[in-house]
Amino acid sequence: MHKIVENKQLADTITLLKVEAPMVVREAKPGQFVIVRLDEFAERIPLTICDADKARGVLTLIIQQLGRSTKDLCALKAGGQIRDILGPLGNPTEIEKFGTVVIIGGGVGAAELYTAAKALKEKGNKVIAIIGARNKSLIILEDEFKPIADEVLITTDDGSYGIKGFVTDALKKVISEQKVDRIICCGPIPMMKAVTMTAKPHNIPTIVSLNAILLDATGMCGSCRCTIEGKTKFSCVDGPEFDGYKVDFDELTARNKRFLDEERRALEG
Amino acid sequence: MAINKTPRQEIPARNPDERNKDFKEVSLGFTEEQAVLEAQRCIACKKKPCCNGCPVEIDIPEFIKLVAKKDYKGAIQKIKEKNNLPAICGRVCPQETQCEVLCTLIAKGQPVAIGALERYVADREAAQPGSKESSAIKEKKDIKVAVVGAGPAGLTAAADLARHGYKVTLFESLSASGGVLRYGIPEFRLPKVILDRETEYIRSLGVDIKYNILIGRTFSIADLFKDGYKAIFLGTGAGLPYFLGIPGENLNGVYSANEFLTRVNLMHAYEFPKYKTPVKIGERVAVVGAGNTAMDCVRVAKRLGARDAMIIYRRSEAEAPARRAEVEHAKEEGIEFRFLTAPIKIEGNEKGEVKSMTCLKMELGEPDASGRRRPIPIKGSEYEMPVDTVIIAVGQGPNPLIAHTTKELAVDEKSGELKIDENCMTSIKGIFAGGDITTGEGTVIAAMGAGKKAAAAIDKYLKG
Repeated sequence: MHKIVENKQLADTITLLKVEAPMVVREAKPGQFVIVRLDEFAERIPLTICDADKARGVLTLIIQQLGRSTKDLCALKAGGQIRDILGPLGNPTEIEKFGTVVIIGGGVGAAELYTAAKALKEKGNKVIAIIGARNKSLIILEDEFKPIADEVLITTDDGSYGIKGFVTDALKKVISEQKVDRIICCGPIPMMKAVTMTAKPHNIPTIVSLNAILLDATGMCGSCRCTIEGKTKFSCVDGPEFDGYKVDFDELTARNKRFLDEERRALEG
Repeated sequence: MAINKTPRQEIPARNPDERNKDFKEVSLGFTEEQAVLEAQRCIACKKKPCCNGCPVEIDIPEFIKLVAKKDYKGAIQKIKEKNNLPAICGRVCPQETQCEVLCTLIAKGQPVAIGALERYVADREAAQPGSKESSAIKEKKDIKVAVVGAGPAGLTAAADLARHGYKVTLFESLSASGGVLRYGIPEFRLPKVILDRETEYIRSLGVDIKYNILIGRTFSIADLFKDGYKAIFLGTGAGLPYFLGIPGENLNGVYSANEFLTRVNLMHAYEFPKYKTPVKIGERVAVVGAGNTAMDCVRVAKRLGARDAMIIYRRSEAEAPARRAEVEHAKEEGIEFRFLTAPIKIEGNEKGEVKSMTCLKMELGEPDASGRRRPIPIKGSEYEMPVDTVIIAVGQGPNPLIAHTTKELAVDEKSGELKIDENCMTSIKGIFAGGDITTGEGTVIAAMGAGKKAAAAIDKYLKG
């Protein structure tokens, strides 16, 4: 059992949970995730490790309410409990001195990139963060990114905050102004695909963090398979980060809709 | 001794038309009368050929003799001297190719039903409250041993090491014990209460089971040594599923057997939406493969409401690797079998959902490397069949994670299996391994045998 120490609503449907998980945070690295099962009846769902307080043994998760499981998790108050947390899982983000790195977080995807941005900055990179969302109320972690990034650009689809447009509009601007050595991107699939397409003409290495449907997440079941450069790979042990140029985004989009009907039923139930 | 003319007792099973709609156990096991009659059939031959077929070396005729005398307590003690999971083995071991095939009575076509007797004795003990037999634990030692993976190999190794007196910690990545016994084998073949009971027994021997810890991620192998563990047994089992390599395998509606069974067995998708993990099944389900896992998948599909649930297998029935009894049970339950049929592609609709599968008919040629006759495609026999769900049950490789995160571990390049020496030791001193992680795919009892052998080797190593 893992005790919730803090619940903070960041936006309409986005909640930050701090939860005790000393064994998980001990070795947690940027880009890794956990599998969470709220109770006996719950699904196993993957959540990004947004931050890891190693001294206190506390894990920070940022959760967007999408279905039954995320709704139930967001409803947990301080003192509440999560039954199982397994992790840290997945291969960590590669942290090297690349030069100028653009970090692009779409919606709740920004959460995944926070520790990576910190680590990249510490390695001596120039870090530019682009955070995008549909509107102002869904922009998260702006204040957290500001002290670690050299530059923070905000985009909203409706122009209610920052640049009106998509993260790719901000990315194009950055690319036109300076040499970019690497892009790391996490967010909705269409966004990651668009970022990859934007980067491609400039040949900038682009890493994307995939959100395939996971089950055991330990290299056993094959639920998270995706096609990378024509080959089947498993997001849990081969990923979750892949070279964006090689990912079959259309297949991933379709595969992530596998249980849409059931997800609706679970939400009603 | 006079030859006993009693025929081999039939193991009672539930009515097929009733059982194929629920997840309750299919086989009912012997009644006491049957168990005694069956035990009396054993002719107690001096050479005990049956024992040579048991990977965990149970003294089979001895326990059967005790059953014949109705000394059930004595019988379970005798079994537990060697086997820590008797109620499980009595259900899922392929006795017909191990102990029973060596029974002297097989000459007359009717070997003693050793498996059913083992199950009877184990179930009877469980049904008597307070009668649990803990086998003797040797003098406790202040030496820590880590066992990784609470599947058949790990549970067995942990239990044997605890009996040798070691302080054993068993690390499991899932939230419950059993490994493939939990996520793979369905409730109707191995009820989870039985697995829980046998796990409890292993805990009673002093094994400390820690769940939700993935060795290779949560803790590294180096962490375990640093933490004072003097030896490590890796029983991390089978891993990533194999696919056929045909077009359309990533369409929605194509599952690996592991995913399908894990959703249903571990996560209780058959009780959706009370349990929140979904599984989707259509009207027509094709399971590719003919091993025990394939039989489990197709029978689960039927129970989830598939109108037509079928096995697609490229060889003939004679080559099917599944246990005979499983194939028969499946047939009784209305499963269709298409032998000598090989899928060549899966087609989807505009939403990326499976709509049909194209197959080729095959014929058998000369024996191949496996000794089985090679299936050869019949020209022009291609046909398309409508299906909603395809489950690929053609095997799997060893779990890749520990090898992937422990660079010094020697791995067979082709298979990904961990390399071990004759003492079950890997390329790293003090790290032992056994079960599917070293052999690819085997049976539950083979993994238990490997766990047992490794436990003995670890004891020897630690005594140095």
